[in-house]
Amino acid sequence: MAVAFDEMNGPGGEVRQAYQELSRWLSETPPEALTHRRQEAELLFRRIGITFAVYGDAEAQERLIPFDVIPRILSGREWALMELGLKQRVRALNMFLRDIYHGRDILRAGIIPDDLIFQNPVFRPEMNGQAVPHDVYVHIAGIDIVRVDDENFYVLEDNARTPSGVSYMLENREVMMRLFPDLFARHRIAPVERYADELLTALRSVAPAHSSSEPTVALMTPGVYNSAYYEHSFLADKLGVELVEGRDLVVKNDEVFMRTTEGLKRVDVIYRRVDDDFLDPLTFRPDSALGVPGLMSAYRAGNVTLANAVGTGIADDKAVYSYMPDIVKFYLGEEPILKNVPTWRCREPGDLAYVLDHLSELVVKEVHGSGGYGMLIGPAATKATIEAFRDKLKREPEGFIAKPTLALSTCPTCTDAGLAPRHVDLRPFVLTGRDRVTIVPGGLTRVALKEGSLVVNSSQGGGTKDTWILDE
Amino acid sequence: MRLRISHTTTYRYEPAATGVIQVLRLTPGSHDGQYVADWQIDVSADTKLDMHHDAFGNVTHVLTIGATEDLTITAEGLIETNDTGGVMRGTDERFPPQLFLRSTDLTEPSPAMATFTREIGGAEGDAISFLHALMTRLNDHMTFDSDPTHSGTTAAEAFTLRRGVCQDYAHVFIACARAGGIPARFVSGHFLRADGEVHQQAGHAWAEAYVPSLGWVGFDPANAICSTDAHARVAIGLDYLGAAPVRGTRYGGGLETLTVAVKVDQAGRQFQSQ
Repeated sequence: MAVAFDEMNGPGGEVRQAYQELSRWLSETPPEALTHRRQEAELLFRRIGITFAVYGDAEAQERLIPFDVIPRILSGREWALMELGLKQRVRALNMFLRDIYHGRDILRAGIIPDDLIFQNPVFRPEMNGQAVPHDVYVHIAGIDIVRVDDENFYVLEDNARTPSGVSYMLENREVMMRLFPDLFARHRIAPVERYADELLTALRSVAPAHSSSEPTVALMTPGVYNSAYYEHSFLADKLGVELVEGRDLVVKNDEVFMRTTEGLKRVDVIYRRVDDDFLDPLTFRPDSALGVPGLMSAYRAGNVTLANAVGTGIADDKAVYSYMPDIVKFYLGEEPILKNVPTWRCREPGDLAYVLDHLSELVVKEVHGSGGYGMLIGPAATKATIEAFRDKLKREPEGFIAKPTLALSTCPTCTDAGLAPRHVDLRPFVLTGRDRVTIVPGGLTRVALKEGSLVVNSSQGGGTKDTWILDE
Repeated sequence: MRLRISHTTTYRYEPAATGVIQVLRLTPGSHDGQYVADWQIDVSADTKLDMHHDAFGNVTHVLTIGATEDLTITAEGLIETNDTGGVMRGTDERFPPQLFLRSTDLTEPSPAMATFTREIGGAEGDAISFLHALMTRLNDHMTFDSDPTHSGTTAAEAFTLRRGVCQDYAHVFIACARAGGIPARFVSGHFLRADGEVHQQAGHAWAEAYVPSLGWVGFDPANAICSTDAHARVAIGLDYLGAAPVRGTRYGGGLETLTVAVKVDQAGRQFQSQ
């Protein structure tokens, strides 16, 4: 693989514009001072108590996600383009969902094959024909973006269900501002603090049309055992809304109420961080103890808004992803601003032929697989593995898609051996309200702390960075 | 035929429940071969029923009541039926047939069921012959027995037990039909028994499968017949859970006792005997 694009030190070794001030500051700051601030940062995070439960790790039920103090910086120009692209993409996602659960024009136009929708486990038949308030499905999207060079950003995943991580965006900024006031003074950085206000405004704006002018919003969590519980309670606090579990809510005559010390109180908007399957035992999994019996009936009656809507998983599905450029064009009549990672669909003969010829360069995945099971990473595989996979692929081509291995950009990161480049991605959070789409300038930068690693997931040794958008 | 149907569900809660919420799919719709002449739902408690159509077109009623020791729901009425040889026309179709190829937890086929389906053969060619063969073989494979299974029993479990009730037969049929590439769905409803017994302990369940040349066709694997004018169709779904007469939750309370009484009689015959 070619040397990855470094966001601070450009291809010719020159410091890129957005990082000039940081680079100067780093050269003036003795390494001991940086080490000292790193320790301070760790202490601060421990005091705040921001933790992340790692599934399958009995030793450490909850642990700190490593935080790297070197910020990741994007210029105002880079952000402006990304923002346009994100808004465009999320508009298209919402229109796609409206269509898929109503007229299905995109299927009739032959753009997406029917079976990809109807036989997809994340398509929710229960949502068919169901009106959702103001036609907004994805109120909160976390779009994962990677960069490969100076110009090109790719969307890796559209997280349209219950994306998490925004608490890190907010906490990282707070800690950085406390630790590096001098560095902040030397930059003009767009603020992220208004995220909670923007989110509350968006949530209130999508309340059912007939609810009061001061709609009640609640944040619904699966409970303390959920890996993102910290974030749920953090956000409820920032929003100034009640944090509720399923058992705190009750449905009566198609309206949703929460139990409070002053009796039952009507709820208009539920920012739910509970998966579809567990929302209502009378509609979905009957054994769910996390949901609210009858919630879907109140939803169907139009008396409550669920954010995100039920059934949005069909929009961020791996197989549907490959059609995103077509989806943007179909609904908006525009060329997509953000790129999709090129995807070869092995169900199509031309694509299959290409994939079979380039197996050693590609990542081949099962369409409905997850967790990396049944995947071929061409550049890392032995000849024998590739040949065995070739047979499998020929037998059942429709079960596979292939993608190139992307050279994710790197960013300078503190390591035991001093600053070194590490691969990063970015998850900005896109909010859709009744009339507008907003994005707080920034997002969550995840960094793969292991040298050479492209895996940024916090469950696999990834860390986070503060993300700066320069206000130019 | 004119079918006089009454379906009573009684719950007793000991001690009293503090609240109950239920989603009812107890109201049939009309289509070719089935005309609902008269239908009503009565609930023992004083409550308003909120009516919706679910995504599959079934009529649902949601009932919420406060503290209670018991609850009785009676659905009853008169349905006029014609024998269409099992072929369904004029039904409220909200999805293309291929949606009903989806598997669910209750209808996931086991390897043994896949083999059973393959051995019948011919699903790709003559769908109707395959479905008849499936119904006959399945009826031979299973023995009607209400003891070993319950509403949460999966098709694979019932297939292994070789025992079950009409719901289990329907689940196995659906799972095998889908494994053979034929869209299939669950039907809950009522059945006028051929032996003259009008009192039944539960509603009936069967399946519908999609045959391109005919459309949806009713198959009743527990009786090894296609649906006839003795069948009154109430709700459809991907499986039992999507078409269940009652799905509910109670708050508080301890022991819940459920009794179901169904009566299906020919209206004319009942009239003559009086």
